[in-house]
Amino acid sequence: MTEHERRVKAEQRERFDFAVIAGWIPPGERVLDLGCGDGRLLRYLSETRDVSGYGVEIDGDSVLGCIRNGVDVIQMDIECGLSGFEDKSFDHVIISQALQTMHATEGILNEMLRVADEAVVSFPNFAYRTNRAAIAAGRMPVSEDLPYDWFDTPNVRFFTIADFEDLCARLGIHVRERLTFDEAGREVSEDPNLNGSLAFYRLGRGS
Amino acid sequence: MVMSSENSVGVVAAQRVRFAAPLLLKSGAQLPGFELVFETYGTLNAEHSNAVLVCHALSGSHHIAGHYADDPENVGWWDNLVGPGKPLDTRKFFVVGVNNLGGCYGSTGPLSVNPETGRRYGADFPMVTVEDWVAAQARLADHLGIATWAAVVGGSLGGMQALAWSLQFPERIRHALVIASAPKLSAQNIAFNEVARQAIVSDPDFHGGHYAENGVIPTRGLRLARMVGHITYLSDSQMGEKFGRQLRHGEHKFSYDVDFEVESYLRHQGDKFARFFDANTYLMMTKALDYFDPAYAYDGNLAAALARAKASFFVASFSTDWRFAPARSREIVFALLHNRLHVAYAEIECDAGHDSFLLDDPHYHALLRAYLENIAV
Repeated sequence: MTEHERRVKAEQRERFDFAVIAGWIPPGERVLDLGCGDGRLLRYLSETRDVSGYGVEIDGDSVLGCIRNGVDVIQMDIECGLSGFEDKSFDHVIISQALQTMHATEGILNEMLRVADEAVVSFPNFAYRTNRAAIAAGRMPVSEDLPYDWFDTPNVRFFTIADFEDLCARLGIHVRERLTFDEAGREVSEDPNLNGSLAFYRLGRGS
Repeated sequence: MVMSSENSVGVVAAQRVRFAAPLLLKSGAQLPGFELVFETYGTLNAEHSNAVLVCHALSGSHHIAGHYADDPENVGWWDNLVGPGKPLDTRKFFVVGVNNLGGCYGSTGPLSVNPETGRRYGADFPMVTVEDWVAAQARLADHLGIATWAAVVGGSLGGMQALAWSLQFPERIRHALVIASAPKLSAQNIAFNEVARQAIVSDPDFHGGHYAENGVIPTRGLRLARMVGHITYLSDSQMGEKFGRQLRHGEHKFSYDVDFEVESYLRHQGDKFARFFDANTYLMMTKALDYFDPAYAYDGNLAAALARAKASFFVASFSTDWRFAPARSREIVFALLHNRLHVAYAEIECDAGHDSFLLDDPHYHALLRAYLENIAV
């Protein structure tokens, strides 16, 4: 794959992620995006869903990207919680493929459902078929949704769909909806923990 | 990167305007008309939509960029920011710098002659506040035909003016850039200011503020005030890096003369400042800082105080600034968030403490450039 092809593929993949998330965000909502990168999801949501929102990001260059993209952003470390953000001040809080890069998993999930009515979480499923195969063959998995070598990955928490749902149950977080997709972007219905590469959740306190 | 000398606004000249109508001040006192000196850079467009006001901090002036024909060494205090091709690009914006009311660079202040007595105001100059400065700046905006600023920009005390603009004239400011600032001073901030003031008023040459009539200047007091202020502008780490425990004479002299380089530096800064800055202005500026507290009238609720603001905000703080630490900027940010206002907040890694806002740190300037580029004119 050439660099160009790789970039086009990554962009298609990203658009696909965005579309799944946007499908859960009613127009005109107030949205908080944690680990927002250069703000392209928020920009997409404001263009397609007319949302107003803020991003939260720790990386300086990403914050610069947000400002270039005209996206409202707050530079802070969400590992330390979301103090300053008022209770239920957002309709949706999103963490798109960033939860696995943070240590304070429980704290972040609890904080998300403090500041918003509903949380949208997406993450790569470590138990996806090809990842299991890689481990079985004695190698750390590198895949479409886990594209990093073990020595330079930003990910610090490696978990599966089954693990995540256990944690939600333990934290009293209700899974309102789950969508899983394989590497080709096809929706998975059977045994998502085996067949799903990327998982999306709508989470709340109570149904 | 283009060097600053290559894209300077070049030779500039200060202008002066007189406002005849009296100005009622926040303290209740009234000024019977006043003058402001100011400079402008770039060209006001036909729609008058590209004007940016840059507010100065404690010791700054209207001279933001460029230099004077008869004084080429006197380069504006924020020349690294303002100019053609610089982050605050004078090819796009019409930039205005003004010496605040009560200042000592030519605007009406303690050095001016009181029309009622025919003598210099000195200590009789009424106390002015951040809000009074903004009211005076609004008259300058009227004079220049600027109904709405594209942006008001300031660092430190200048950032407080940008914030105050968004509250006093919400319809007249589209963007506020509040840098290395705070929504109010802490007890520690006020304490440092009080040490500086006591240094000045206890100088035997102060004469209750009427030193000019006595033909003297409270140089020792001003010098001490600047020395203590300067310590708060720098970070511990930067001071350590710059001076460490370096010795002036290579050995301990066991005297009260300069032993350590940092002592020499502070004395130099103090001497330099005392030569040109007015002591009454310094006292007043520090009081303006102390009194600034938009939440005061709202039982300390900053979010309620900011409810009237309409502008979009850029807020930035610096990691090593302990005078106005990042947490102080976050107070502003979350009060803006409460009011659902647009805000971009950057916490910039920079070693230079409070004074970082005056430096041309590449990331800091890239942020400013990006934000300012997105402002429609």
